[in-house]
Amino acid sequence: MGARMVDFGGWEMPVQYTGLVDEHHTVRKTVGLFDVSHMGEIEVRGPEAVRLVDYVTTNAASRLHIGQAQYSGLLYEHGGFVDDILVHKVTDQHYFLCVNASNQEKDFEHIRAANHFDAELDFASDRYAQIAVQGPLARRTLQKLTPADLSSIDYYWFRDGEVSGVPARIARTGYTGEDGFEIYVAPDESPRIWNDLLEAGREFGIKPCGLGARNTLRLEAKMALYGHEIHASITPFEADLGWMVKLDKGEFIGRAALAKQKEQGVRRKLVGFEMRGRGIGRDGYEVRCNGMAAGWVTSGSPAPSLNKNVGLCYLPAGEARPGRKIEVMVRNQAVEAEIVSTPFYKRAKTA
Amino acid sequence: MSYPEDLRYTKEHEWVRVAGDVGTIGITDHAQKELGDIVYVDLPKVGAHIEQGKSLGSVESVKAVSDIYSPVSGEVTEVNETLAQAPEKLNQDPHGAAWLIKLRLSAPNEAKGLLSAADYQAYVGAES
Repeated sequence: MGARMVDFGGWEMPVQYTGLVDEHHTVRKTVGLFDVSHMGEIEVRGPEAVRLVDYVTTNAASRLHIGQAQYSGLLYEHGGFVDDILVHKVTDQHYFLCVNASNQEKDFEHIRAANHFDAELDFASDRYAQIAVQGPLARRTLQKLTPADLSSIDYYWFRDGEVSGVPARIARTGYTGEDGFEIYVAPDESPRIWNDLLEAGREFGIKPCGLGARNTLRLEAKMALYGHEIHASITPFEADLGWMVKLDKGEFIGRAALAKQKEQGVRRKLVGFEMRGRGIGRDGYEVRCNGMAAGWVTSGSPAPSLNKNVGLCYLPAGEARPGRKIEVMVRNQAVEAEIVSTPFYKRAKTA
Repeated sequence: MSYPEDLRYTKEHEWVRVAGDVGTIGITDHAQKELGDIVYVDLPKVGAHIEQGKSLGSVESVKAVSDIYSPVSGEVTEVNETLAQAPEKLNQDPHGAAWLIKLRLSAPNEAKGLLSAADYQAYVGAES
């Protein structure tokens, strides 16, 4: 496969195969395949596994059912992000965490240091490869390779079953704003499963997709990217991720800082914008309100599904309202933009 | 992709075609492939003075924005206006219809110090 590779946190990753925009549209219209084996996995087991997971994350792991997954935050005491993660409840005594590649050692160390419970931690990244099958025809593609009834797996649920005849964890999750699945398999099986998926999706026009399309797809759906929208100086409330914080669930790392921030209100907030003038607000560009520096762009790109140039930025909470005109400094030129409501793209609900 | 013999190339992936005292400047096929889908091209105005090795404008793809460094020095005599409306032409015909600007060369010998097609081919071959 003619992929253009880039070094991404030590992994050789494909940026694009057939072309970023082409891959983007393929995922929105039919089905695309992503090799996301770089993602990290951490397993937590034991009688107090849930207590440890609940203590180090913002969402309520204790409220998960077996076979259910949730998006959550790992925070420092001051309320800033260590990472954003997916928590899967495998059994009452087994939780499976999917974490960002570049953060996996840091995350593991962070959780280990907080493990004052009867829980066993296992750095499992070497045992899993991950393939994401995303798009409206993802289910029909994957269904050909598994006896599991995929229509019975709801969004943010998962099942341990088989894909291509080998054990796989099949989760109805994704990072594109489309329906789809993320499959966790043994690394030595993943090249074969990748090829089987390409074959299974051939009649639908399946295409392998790179990091470039993954970024435009997640941006349109306003999904956060660590290092951009979220990092150690940003809290979930600032990042518009308050829904992943369950202050009422009991003690957890960062809770006190978040409770205080909730009481006092956030000073800055993540909002979406559309460029009105000619230009693209890129990551790191300054944002101005009334001619004064007020914030910064966290991600920005043409949005191929919308034919607009969009982005996300932090602004003072008082300025963060849809309809407000702002300016983005694009290579020393102030270009007009407007705050809009998000997500930029929302897929039509299907049965 | 074979690189045309009548062009000279830079390691920053621009090309120049010299005819008399006129230099036509563009970006290479390798550059357009690296950038991917191009959405904006910013070019100087006619009459602007451009120096070899300095930025003459930028080209922006969905993925990133990149400066264009001039392979030669001179005064801009013509700008390819079609690229403002149809920047995707740069992905389709970077060595031909999607040239960027024409210069009246102020130092015609500069181009002789640039890479030949074979040298450039070897350079990008080694890079990728």
